Amino acid sequence: MAETVSLKPGAARVATAGTPGEPWGRKPRRTLSGRNIMLYGTLLVAALYYLLPLYVMVVTSMKGMPEIRLGNIFSPPVEVTFEPWAKAWATACTGLNCDGLSRGFWNSVRITVPSTLISILVASVNGYALANWKFKGADLFFTILIIGAFIPYQVMIYPIVIVLREMGIYGTLTGLIIVHTIFGMPILTLLFRNYFSSLPEELFKAARIDGAGFWQIYFRIMLPMSLPIFVVAMILQITGIWNDFLFGVVFTRPEYYPMTVQLNNIVNSVQGVKEYNVNMAATLLTGAVPLIVYFVSGRLFVRGIAAGAVKG
Amino acid sequence: MTGQAHTGRPSKLLRNLSSKIASIPMMLTAVVIFLGGTIWTVVYSFTNSKLLPRAKFVGLDQYERLWDAPRWIVSIQNLAIYGFFTLVFSLVMGFLLAALMDQKIRFENTFRTIFLYPFALSFIVTGLVWQWILNPEFGVQSVVRSLGWTSFTFDPLYNADIVIYGVLIAGLWQGTGLVMCLLLAGLRGIDEDIWKAARVDGIPMWKTYLFIVIPMMRPVFITTLVIIASGIVKVYDLVVAQTSGGPGIASEVPAKYVYDYMFQAQNLGQGFAASTMMLITVAIIIIPWAYLEFGGRKRG
Amino acid sequence: MKIRSMAAALAVTVVLPFAAANATDLEVTHWWTSGGEAAAVAEFAKAFDATGNKWVDGAIAGAGGTARPIMISRITGGDPMGATQFNHGRQAEELVEAGLMRDLTDVATRENWKEIIKPASLLDSCTFDGKIYCAPVNIHSWQWLWLSNAAFEKAGVAVPKNWDEFVAAAPALEKAGIVPLAVGGQPWQAAGAFDVLMVAIAGKDTFYKVFKDRDAEVAGGPDIARVFKAADDARRMSKGTNVQDWNQATNMVITGKAGGQIMGDWAQGEFALAGQVAGKDYTCLPGLGVNDIISTSGDAFYFPLLKDEEKSKAQEVLASTLLAPATQVAFNLKKGSLPVRGDVDLAAANDCMKKGLDILAKGNVIEAPDQMLSADSQKQKEDLFSEFFANPSMTPEDAQKRFADIIASAE
Repeated sequence: MAETVSLKPGAARVATAGTPGEPWGRKPRRTLSGRNIMLYGTLLVAALYYLLPLYVMVVTSMKGMPEIRLGNIFSPPVEVTFEPWAKAWATACTGLNCDGLSRGFWNSVRITVPSTLISILVASVNGYALANWKFKGADLFFTILIIGAFIPYQVMIYPIVIVLREMGIYGTLTGLIIVHTIFGMPILTLLFRNYFSSLPEELFKAARIDGAGFWQIYFRIMLPMSLPIFVVAMILQITGIWNDFLFGVVFTRPEYYPMTVQLNNIVNSVQGVKEYNVNMAATLLTGAVPLIVYFVSGRLFVRGIAAGAVKG
Repeated sequence: MTGQAHTGRPSKLLRNLSSKIASIPMMLTAVVIFLGGTIWTVVYSFTNSKLLPRAKFVGLDQYERLWDAPRWIVSIQNLAIYGFFTLVFSLVMGFLLAALMDQKIRFENTFRTIFLYPFALSFIVTGLVWQWILNPEFGVQSVVRSLGWTSFTFDPLYNADIVIYGVLIAGLWQGTGLVMCLLLAGLRGIDEDIWKAARVDGIPMWKTYLFIVIPMMRPVFITTLVIIASGIVKVYDLVVAQTSGGPGIASEVPAKYVYDYMFQAQNLGQGFAASTMMLITVAIIIIPWAYLEFGGRKRG
Repeated sequence: MKIRSMAAALAVTVVLPFAAANATDLEVTHWWTSGGEAAAVAEFAKAFDATGNKWVDGAIAGAGGTARPIMISRITGGDPMGATQFNHGRQAEELVEAGLMRDLTDVATRENWKEIIKPASLLDSCTFDGKIYCAPVNIHSWQWLWLSNAAFEKAGVAVPKNWDEFVAAAPALEKAGIVPLAVGGQPWQAAGAFDVLMVAIAGKDTFYKVFKDRDAEVAGGPDIARVFKAADDARRMSKGTNVQDWNQATNMVITGKAGGQIMGDWAQGEFALAGQVAGKDYTCLPGLGVNDIISTSGDAFYFPLLKDEEKSKAQEVLASTLLAPATQVAFNLKKGSLPVRGDVDLAAANDCMKKGLDILAKGNVIEAPDQMLSADSQKQKEDLFSEFFANPSMTPEDAQKRFADIIASAE
């Protein structure tokens, strides 16, 4: 099946796994300290820009409302209080249900875990088929998919409501998982397709000679080599799905409403006094799961790439 | 060599069967949802559908109205400005950060987490925080003024001429981390031998990046570009949270026009017409490129 | 909790002798999520639970943009809720036409809604082809000017008694560092303020000619030109507001940072929450002190057509519960709105609410633009006026021309 084998510029790369024991990455530069000052200086300045809003959020979430009305947003709290956090988690009201974000937390987990897994699985198989087992017309489907990435979600709501209704799964968790899989597909497929086609072709060829089939190669060779790209895909999906609000409410029923519904209700309440401290605490609590995933998987990300190649 | 295994297969349809079966979800999504949904949208953009889609055709009325609407024109201009600067800055900043991170630095984990974390937050939150920081009464402006520089003025969100740049600051804050991450992954995929060879040849580092490394990272750049560009076209939540399109209509964007007219104004036809225009623009740019990139080249 | 609901049960069984025996869960969606609103909804829920059924709350914040597509998708997707809030007016028209909503005429006739609901226009907005499809629950009026007494004291001028005095006092306020008129950045605020100015300055007849008859000539004529002149004043006076949400703008009035605000009667809730007293801390001028006329729009509940017989029965119970006198009083006191029944006593109402009730009793009411124009035309108006208020270089004449165009193409 020669036509399926890609000869992209990147395909000439040698697997990092194939050069064990060798120092990997750029050569460490320890000669010029002026260079290091520039390097770390730039990184630190950039880090400040990125950290400033987080600082504002954290500080605000620990202030009382009177202090927020008076002080400037950058000043540290005079009286540290965790009440906004407790309120955001446990007692902030959504209509009549006053149990804060905690209400939607498990729903968000129940939505995010299967949606992330299934969407990544489907997209990685797509990417693999497109990169290594291309069939006639595959590119056409793929092009449509990529253009699909540019369609504003809102436009697709009604057509998808109709499709799900006809399938009889409107309002179910299954329906929502399918929706997340659909909207994650364009970019994830692109991601996997590019990754798989940049893997060394020799591996694929060798496996074919050994008589391995589509699924065997996928599970035995491609999957184990693809940790970094799976991590990137996971980051994209967990973020997108966990933060999703629109699909979560449009395509399910209240018993499945994700945490963002409560977040929206806390942050977007049109009437009444805006409790900025509770807003910020709610925000940080809602963002906590993706943040933790990033923190943990960020290490995996590097380890995955560096597997067996870096020894210090 | 590998092709020989299949030459005996009788039917063309059966060739590569596993791959075809495995791609069924993709084909269904592409055809039923994206293509079907798009055709549906385009068809109904020629109707005067209000709250529910109804097939009462009115020709090009919706399009005439769309292009007469000052808000739509402003939206398009804003998208052009926002899009251009987002593309340039997030690619440049993202690549610079990635290149710096790739210098075997210490605390790489910490820096990467710092740059990436904004991406974990929803746009609603990003908008809200930056709305605060850029608020003249208690944000940056008031702090600088309280330091003694009383004539300092920095109120992008309340100045119709520059409000879109205020949105840009927040958008970049959220998005560049991911770009950096993707490009870093790409840089890490570059073979060390390339660097060695460049060093041996005495090619300066910046030249190595510009003329050797970046061209080799083409697939990663394409992925990144699609991610950034699709985000730009769909930008909605950020504007809603940060400015609600204001002051006046100065920071409106097309996706918001679509959404507002579909659901607030309950004029589906108008919303569909606007989204069709967006799609046509995207298609004009993407189809030729996608054809060259994905379809034009015969493999093997 | 138990005692409270039992008490409510007793109260309600008096007016609802046919309370259902077996409990049915009924999901109700709405966008009332702020403190006061939620407290008001709780009154509904309490009363409904007391009938032996169960109110399952489906609150989604953010009226037009967020909640509505969800509600509409649920109804058209074949998985409807038991009941849902919509703004009164033309929002649900097509759902009714598509046969997705339930006809409430039986309940309405049994309970004599035609007699008890005042003003009658409220029920008219629920009526399609002679059948009644929704239950109005409250009346909100837009035509109020809220003034901060402290701000005028600081500026050294008397608290104005009408719009002209207010405009005249503006320079003094500005000199004292006070924004004369707070107008938040949300588009509907600018459009709403304009409509209020129109009633006050051009009068009821012109208002109807423009919005009800959609007379583009009147909309482009001299009467409306005067309204745009006033809007131009308002634009100048609102410079420096720099807030988005309406309640943040109200807060400027509460704290004396702004002289006044044109806003509906729901602003009262904010003053009450801040512990301010009408007459002492703030002044309210219905009809901007020019024309004692208020518009009557509000919220209504619609009931999707359900297959489940039990639930359909529960819908009837809910509809009549919403309009029961005890529920009406309890709900509207919390919500800060006026009850839809003329026969209930609101003894606990504050001064401003009483002014509103008086006007209502005199029958000086008009329909709100929401009831007369489609959401589409309303949105176009919002776009126009939010641009007008934010962009000083847009002349009143240009704006009026665009306004007349919108009216001409309205349906």
